[in-house]
Amino acid sequence: MELTRRNAILLGASAVLASGLPALASTVTDDAIATFTGGAAVGEGDLKLTAPEIAENGNTVPIEVASSTAVEIMVLATGNPTPSVATFKFGSMAATRNASTRIRLAGTQDVVAIAKLEDGSFVQASSAVKVTIGGCGG
Amino acid sequence: MASGVKPRVKVPKKAAAGDVITIKTLISHKMESGQRKDKEGNVIPRSIINRFTCDFNGENVVDITLEPAISTNPFFEFEAKVPEAGEFQFTWYDDDGSVYEATKSIAIG
Repeated sequence: MELTRRNAILLGASAVLASGLPALASTVTDDAIATFTGGAAVGEGDLKLTAPEIAENGNTVPIEVASSTAVEIMVLATGNPTPSVATFKFGSMAATRNASTRIRLAGTQDVVAIAKLEDGSFVQASSAVKVTIGGCGG
Repeated sequence: MASGVKPRVKVPKKAAAGDVITIKTLISHKMESGQRKDKEGNVIPRSIINRFTCDFNGENVVDITLEPAISTNPFFEFEAKVPEAGEFQFTWYDDDGSVYEATKSIAIG
């Protein structure tokens, strides 16, 4: 195929279509993770994220994060228009590193929690949630 | 200021020294996400509570940053140590600058 002007435009357009939207969504999540960890590697370990498998109403989805050594836990909803959900910081009077809250989910997606542990390392846990009615309004 | 904001906190009245207690908090707030549109198609401006803290006798228990993805009437549940009698101080910070506060004292016994 000759690289004419028309072909070049076609190539460009299809590349954007193929990669544009999902890449954009994951970049925002990745950026949020990178900001939180400062670029450090994220492993698996001492962190548990509890979320329902199926949420009928995306407006209020109960979630729980639990860890035994986390100092800070960030929760991200990867499929929301803005992925950040909340950041929990545990102080000296916190008995456990568990917390629960209720969040909004725009649609079926993965909810991700990232914790900074006492030793400075980062761990990640995720949970897929099916949402019947999205919670971000039209 | 968002209207009808009412903090509600559930803390046991007393505990044994060194006990771990569960605290539940809820504040009525519409948590407008800034994503929704009104009937004319205009975006409704964001109006949420962006930070919640809980302290016991001046020492921090939790400090939570809230984003628009937190549900209406933000609810939190967490656990705290009670080494001595004292007072829990709860503070919510609104986007518009308002601060809502609640205190609960706990006795040892």
